[in-house]
Amino acid sequence: MEAATARLGRGRKGRKQKSYGSEERRLATLLLSPAMAVIVLVAAYPIGYAVWLSLTEYSLRTPGKWRFAGFDNYTEAFGSTEFWDAVRTTFLFTGISVTLELAIGLGMALAMHAAFRGRGLLRTVVLVPWAVLTVVSAITWRTLFEPNLGLVPTILDKVGIAENVVWLGQEGYALAVMVLADVWKTAPFMALLLLAGLQVIPDDVYDAAKVDGATAWQRFRRITIPLLMPAILVALIFRTLDALRIFDLPFVLTGGTNGTSTLSLIAQKQLTTNNLIGYGSALSVLTFVIVMAVSFIYIRTVGGNIKSLAEDE
Amino acid sequence: MEASGGVVTPGTDVRQQEKEREEARAAEGRGPRRNWVRPVLMWLAVIAIIIFCLFPFYWLVNVSLKTGSDLSQSDLVPPSPTLDNYTSVFENGDFTSALRNSVIVTSVTTILALIVGSFAAYALARLRFPNKFLLLAVILSISTFPPIAIAAPIFKLWTEFGLYDTYVGLILPYLTFALPLAIYILTSFFKEIPKELEEAALVDGATYFQAFRKVVLPLAAPGLVTAGLLTAFFVWNEFLLAQTLTSSPKAFTVPVSVANFTGSQKFEIPLGTISAASVVITIPLVLAVIVFQKRIVAGLTAGAVKG
Repeated sequence: MEAATARLGRGRKGRKQKSYGSEERRLATLLLSPAMAVIVLVAAYPIGYAVWLSLTEYSLRTPGKWRFAGFDNYTEAFGSTEFWDAVRTTFLFTGISVTLELAIGLGMALAMHAAFRGRGLLRTVVLVPWAVLTVVSAITWRTLFEPNLGLVPTILDKVGIAENVVWLGQEGYALAVMVLADVWKTAPFMALLLLAGLQVIPDDVYDAAKVDGATAWQRFRRITIPLLMPAILVALIFRTLDALRIFDLPFVLTGGTNGTSTLSLIAQKQLTTNNLIGYGSALSVLTFVIVMAVSFIYIRTVGGNIKSLAEDE
Repeated sequence: MEASGGVVTPGTDVRQQEKEREEARAAEGRGPRRNWVRPVLMWLAVIAIIIFCLFPFYWLVNVSLKTGSDLSQSDLVPPSPTLDNYTSVFENGDFTSALRNSVIVTSVTTILALIVGSFAAYALARLRFPNKFLLLAVILSISTFPPIAIAAPIFKLWTEFGLYDTYVGLILPYLTFALPLAIYILTSFFKEIPKELEEAALVDGATYFQAFRKVVLPLAAPGLVTAGLLTAFFVWNEFLLAQTLTSSPKAFTVPVSVANFTGSQKFEIPLGTISAASVVITIPLVLAVIVFQKRIVAGLTAGAVKG
């Protein structure tokens, strides 16, 4: 594959090609081939195979039964409430949690940026939720919302809000717990990305604005937000990509009951619990298409970064 | 607001400058109230952040120290703290073998990702060849693949090849998902090493490989630590593929083991034991965060705001 790309390049940019030493190009091919081999064999090929499987009717339950089904699996998915419920849940979850994460993450980043002492300690503290496994985060929030044992229902009962709610057992409430668990784990990650963005804004921009009599709010609106925009965009896309793929949280919190089934979860269940390889593949491919659409925007946004890495000095 | 005027020409006129400085002084000293409000607000925010980040984990530890009837009460401190849950977790053969599996799968994947990744990153950072941008874009887009997309075909292929429910069956897809980030981080670290150092080595008659091993690698050690840590965190944490591609304690990793914990009675969910197991598998990561905070933050933000 490497050789093919090299040949293509020579054809198109014959003049520039002369500057590449042939030894250098051979070495590049050699060094890149293990990584490319793994990526092609275990990512690209399986994706293609998944598309093929999604066009067949194939179940491990009845060995030997195999049939080319065309778009039957997709028609079945589009006609099922399970699929549309999962689409709704996935997007609802993504929209709410990413919005909250941005708001809380930005607040945390601004506070950390303003704190002159203990920034290193704060960074370590903020990394703790990020380090906690998603599965463990789900278990933690489950124990916080469990009837009797959980702190949240106990406090809410005392205050008189949401009495007798079984959080993980009721639609809407279960999704709320899922959002909370995600926000807790990833708002700090967002904060770190935004903090890095804040730190590259030169101080004299603020000083100049202060001199001109800009209020704190004006400085935030007119300087911080516009200059932070690239970091905000990247953080938003990172988080959106992750949220759209969410699997661990609903699996552990509710097993996908009470309106928490996401796209990844229903696809995985069809594969492993029901052993429907064809139908499960169709659901996986649909998830893939949705995520890759967002990913395309991501690659375009960080395109500048990739270019600077790809540049030869 | 005309902030831009001040930014572009920071006071060319001396009298203007004087006036500005006076105004700034006046603005800053606007009443004694402001002088204490700001730091107090800031410290309140800092305390709120600390509680927000650490309390849930404290709560988990709290639950893990409760047994019996304590588990149906929401005390903030266990009334009769006990390590029973931890003892039973370590007596559980399935959990200890999951720990061993996770340690093996994580370390093998991390080492492979660093070797294969640094080869690729060196080529991307140092060697000149066509279509480099396209290659980097393809590599990076792999990291955004939803694991579910390859779960079905890999599940089927592994069943046919006998890789289902084995270490190798997990290491291969993990390597695929870990490589893009490792390559990205390592490439940006390699690029920061002055090229002149290697060129001097090459002039002195060293081969590319010698220049790489003796000059670049030692200087890139921080990058290797960063990429290694992020890979290890990813593998230790990964759940979807592990849940799909394993079926027995032979290859269960820790997230799978904890997520599927069942008590002595089939339908009772032993929250105390699950919490203890959760604490056990999280402690190494929290320790790593404390020791390597700087390296991890560098890695996380390298992918986001570079240059």
